[in-house]
Amino acid sequence: MRGPDVSTSAKLASAISAQFTARARWSPLEVLFWLAALATIWLAPDHHLILTEIVIWALLALSLDLILGYAGIISLGHAAFFGIGAYTAGLLAKHALVSEPVLALLVSGAAGAAFGFLTSFLVLRGTDLTRLMVTLGVALLVREIANRAAWLTGGADGLQGIGMEPVLGLFRFDLYGHTAYAYSLVVLFVLFVIARRIVGSPFGLSLQAIKGNPLRASAVGIGQTWRLVGIYTLAAAYAGVAGGLLTQTTAFTSLESLSFDRSADALLVLIIGGTGHLYGGLIGAVVFRFAQDWISAATPQYWQFWIGLFLVLIVLVGRDRIGSWVAPVRRLADRVSDWRAWRRPPAVEPTAPGEGGRP
Amino acid sequence: MVTILFDGIAYGMLLFVLAAGLSVTLGLMNFVNLAHGAFAMAGGYAALVVVNRLGVPFGLGLVAAFLFSAALGALLERTLYVHVYAKSHLDQVLFTIGLVFMSVAIVDYTMGSSQQFIAIPPVLQGQITVLGIGMSKYRLMIIVICGVLTALLQLGLTRTRFGSRLRAAVDDQRVARGLGINVGAVFALTFALGSGLAGLGGALGAEILGLDPIFPLKYMIYFLIVVTVGGTSSITGPFLASLLLGIGDVAGKYYVPQLGAFVIYTIMIVVLIWRPQGLFVRKGAR
Repeated sequence: MRGPDVSTSAKLASAISAQFTARARWSPLEVLFWLAALATIWLAPDHHLILTEIVIWALLALSLDLILGYAGIISLGHAAFFGIGAYTAGLLAKHALVSEPVLALLVSGAAGAAFGFLTSFLVLRGTDLTRLMVTLGVALLVREIANRAAWLTGGADGLQGIGMEPVLGLFRFDLYGHTAYAYSLVVLFVLFVIARRIVGSPFGLSLQAIKGNPLRASAVGIGQTWRLVGIYTLAAAYAGVAGGLLTQTTAFTSLESLSFDRSADALLVLIIGGTGHLYGGLIGAVVFRFAQDWISAATPQYWQFWIGLFLVLIVLVGRDRIGSWVAPVRRLADRVSDWRAWRRPPAVEPTAPGEGGRP
Repeated sequence: MVTILFDGIAYGMLLFVLAAGLSVTLGLMNFVNLAHGAFAMAGGYAALVVVNRLGVPFGLGLVAAFLFSAALGALLERTLYVHVYAKSHLDQVLFTIGLVFMSVAIVDYTMGSSQQFIAIPPVLQGQITVLGIGMSKYRLMIIVICGVLTALLQLGLTRTRFGSRLRAAVDDQRVARGLGINVGAVFALTFALGSGLAGLGGALGAEILGLDPIFPLKYMIYFLIVVTVGGTSSITGPFLASLLLGIGDVAGKYYVPQLGAFVIYTIMIVVLIWRPQGLFVRKGAR
């Protein structure tokens, strides 16, 4: 018996790390996307209110994407975490427990995460159907609690009388939503970067393995329980932050933040943009919110009908085909980054084909 | 106490008739149909229109509700659902949520958003006293009708040729097809029957459950609980689950009204924790 060939494994290790470095590189299109988002702060000052809503939808969809797109967990109750975050932020501000918004936002995220951690054990068990029912049941339960505990949450009237302190003690929330938008966008960007790192890490890849085939994943030694608990908790934290942002930017929260409609709409936003890549939720949020704005201007009352029709059509046509418009964009991004890589000599020598013991 | 039990049984039997169709589509055919309540609502509104506006007798209104929902079910099954059977659960969820949203908006547009009631004939109003216990005539009628339907369903599934075809088609589609069973037709007929029963339940239950455009969303969870808790191996499971849910809900609302819908959600989650795997897995089914 000989040990593994040291030189081969070292080469393999460097090749793998080169792979990870390549995956982690920001493509020019991504940079462009975020520059465009940043530019809207100055270029579209009249639309900051709707843009803030888009950012919050994007964050919620991003959070759902982490569990649905990367870990394959279907959830019909993501609003539970969103609402918990929203109420946490609201209560913290109302009773001046934590008056600094960024800190309060962290607490909202932590509240979401704590609840996500607790409920993740319910969600882990069973098949898709059981997960659907458990997530739906948990969300309904939380909504019912918020509805009944009127002394704490204001019940059906919503939580009123929230006064927000300036962000970091410096930037005061204004009537036109300028501060709110810049603040939300920064939060989204920071959380996006973190999500991007996590998804590209070995942990993220192992999640995709579990999603692809749970049986094989366990066969190659990828334990499922703690990975799924981890990503579910993380997604819950993201949703909690999104909810907290909604409360902080609107200085109000209501049972709507816990409703089934919000869970379903979050799913829709994600489906529009496509699951399994982080930009899906972001693009979906832009399309969703503008479509909503446009349609509800045309037929104010029956916006729901068009959402429904859209969902039905999306399934009948096939999600793959609708999501496939993303593919050319991705290929373009790949080509651009390839071209850049070609101009600079690669940092690590790529492994030549045929290595690994062939004569 | 006895009155609560009585009301609970009536409520439970109503839930069973409403959810019986779902226990076949979700439980046996493994299709996530969140839009089941929409068919119940369609039946309710069909009865409302023929009874209140056209002045048709109440009994015929119930028949109309059944026929309308069954026809609607058959139509949608053949045109839309049939394409979604083979898709993933996520697709089925999206598709049926879409249908629910559309049905809510359509009913809101055509019938208005307020809660409505079907006119009940005077014969069925008021109470009768049996053995010193006051019972609402209407609820007694519900128990009788639903009891008869349950017996018919049970006999139909176990004793008739159609019942055995359905069980064969559900257990193994390919073999059933090989034996010359027209699986598509069996599923379509079953779906129509289930939708029709839901429609009948919607019409019967308008008095108790209320009838408004958000009906499918409001009662979705109840139907799902019946199927989840009851299991799918026979019709007895969902039946017992419905009774349990009905009595539990009525008693819960009577004794601890401050808890509201808490009781039933908790029951559901506890059952799901208790039997997470076995709930939707039926031996021999694919």
